[in-house]
Amino acid sequence: MAVPAALKKITDTTWELPVSFKPGMLVPARIYATEKLISRMDEGVFEQVTNVACLPGIIDYAYCMPDGHWGYGFPIGGMAAMDPETGVISPGGIGFDINCGMRLVLTSLTLDQVRPELHRLVDTLFSRVPCGVGSSGFIRLSRDEFRLVTEMGARWCLKKGYALPEDLEMTEEGGCFAGADASAVSEKAVERGFDQIGTLGSGNHYLEIQVARPENIYDEETARAFGITLPNQIVVMFHCGSRGFGHQVATDYLKLFLSVTEKKYGIKVNDRELSCAPFRSPEGQAYFAAMKCAVNMAFANRQVILHRIREVFSSVFHRSPEELGMSMVYDVAHNTAKLEKHLVHGRTKQILIHRKGSTRAFGPGMEGVPECYRETGQPVIIGGSMETGSYLLAGMPGGREAFFTTAHGSGRAMSRHQAKKLFRGRKLQREMEERGIYVRTASWGGLAEEAGPAYKNIDEVVEATELAGLSKRVVKLVPIGNIKG
Amino acid sequence: MPYRYLEDVATADVAFEAKGETVEEMFISAAHAVTGAMVERLDAVEGKEGVCIRVEEHNLEMLLFDFLQEIIYYKDARRLLLVVEELDIDRNATPMTLSALTKGETLDPERHPLLTDVKAVTMHRFSVEQTDGAWKATVVLDI
Repeated sequence: MAVPAALKKITDTTWELPVSFKPGMLVPARIYATEKLISRMDEGVFEQVTNVACLPGIIDYAYCMPDGHWGYGFPIGGMAAMDPETGVISPGGIGFDINCGMRLVLTSLTLDQVRPELHRLVDTLFSRVPCGVGSSGFIRLSRDEFRLVTEMGARWCLKKGYALPEDLEMTEEGGCFAGADASAVSEKAVERGFDQIGTLGSGNHYLEIQVARPENIYDEETARAFGITLPNQIVVMFHCGSRGFGHQVATDYLKLFLSVTEKKYGIKVNDRELSCAPFRSPEGQAYFAAMKCAVNMAFANRQVILHRIREVFSSVFHRSPEELGMSMVYDVAHNTAKLEKHLVHGRTKQILIHRKGSTRAFGPGMEGVPECYRETGQPVIIGGSMETGSYLLAGMPGGREAFFTTAHGSGRAMSRHQAKKLFRGRKLQREMEERGIYVRTASWGGLAEEAGPAYKNIDEVVEATELAGLSKRVVKLVPIGNIKG
Repeated sequence: MPYRYLEDVATADVAFEAKGETVEEMFISAAHAVTGAMVERLDAVEGKEGVCIRVEEHNLEMLLFDFLQEIIYYKDARRLLLVVEELDIDRNATPMTLSALTKGETLDPERHPLLTDVKAVTMHRFSVEQTDGAWKATVVLDI
């Protein structure tokens, strides 16, 4: 894959494409990566990040994180901050799976205690947490109650007994984006999602039992602050979003924006997936309010899944979730647009940050981080492939230059089609079991698409984020059990 | 099969090209490419239930976008896998209209080995074109 000739090396981990790279660019594009990662980045990243650089109101740069790869509209791993007064909001900068995110849960169990029960644990989780194409959840809601969920997020779960108060504290924005308005959401979106709360979905969504091995701890003090205190401690990580509801909200507004971007607002975009509207326009505000509903549905979805996980652990180990130490480390969103206060050209300003496959990573001392993490910086959860492992990191002061944003995953290196040709789901499951990872899946074809070699090396991706000063490694978490949707 | 999945477009998602001698044939191919991304075998989907889909748009591209989006909608809202039996497009009407008779059944993972949930049709590189008398669409699905 050829890197554009115009790509300029700024530091060992920062690269830039200047405004002269493409007509219409308002700011340069900035990509964080090591030399090795940038040399393998697919061509779509350079095309897409420079398309983002053309959007009205963009501040400083169009950014791409080290896990960047070809998406639609923005690259995956993309981030752009807009001036809310002069800038736009674009569904293509958030993605269809609004508030797709990661949640990490502690246990006080160790590998020795879990290994003998692993099959039963994974099998029970597989039967209790629905996954796969079009799956529906165990909570039966009326459409009106569901609308309430979309306005309340995880707070609804607290009211209904699916959450502990501290779960909400350990969730980005307390598990609810304020200002969600269910009247901005279509009936179709409600129909697609009202029975999907508590479901994982498919694709790269998963639920994993992981172990924090002593040799994988990079920063003992921060690990302790995040609750990793035992040798070979078991944790649970999962990745999912707003399901059919969020997908329909994004689709509805993409269609609306397609009809107004150029015709009503005179904005030309290089990719129709970047269709947008001024943030302060009626369309922009309606999308922002609807998007928040999808964000909240995803927070509720992950909260209900956590409730189920606690039930399953409790039944398998015959102890209460409290006795099993099942508290949350954190929940981070990686597909959102949000108003945040940041330093812009020397002044604190409220700006609209689009993150698409990138994670907020607030540094030490920042507002918006739970009190217990004020000294360490925000926990950042970066999911890797099911074969290689994932990382828990912490926000760093250096994140300032990217509005406190970092990577979200390892990033795909191989297309799904190619992976399916190279790997076979059943064979992969056997091979992984031989290596001590027990996998259950709703889709053998889907499992093959998620094989480890289909992804970039997560170690290289997180190292790049640390070298760039965006997020520092705390502990690598390796899988022993996995549920794939 | 008059559709094929493209390997070198959109790494994390599924891109396909659908073809047909008539615009209707091409639309049917595209719908089957969408369902074919969700389950391993389209021929395992039995026509137990009929669903009529009707969409209206001002151009063929958006007509295809809306139509494919309906296939995805039924997968979530009614857990239905659909195969198109008949499809008519009136390009002279204002707006253009599409009526399709689809048949299918409730998704059953035992009989329909699952692949991947399709989240949405994206507008990235979305195109409908007529070349040498045949119709072709290029679509990237979000997975």
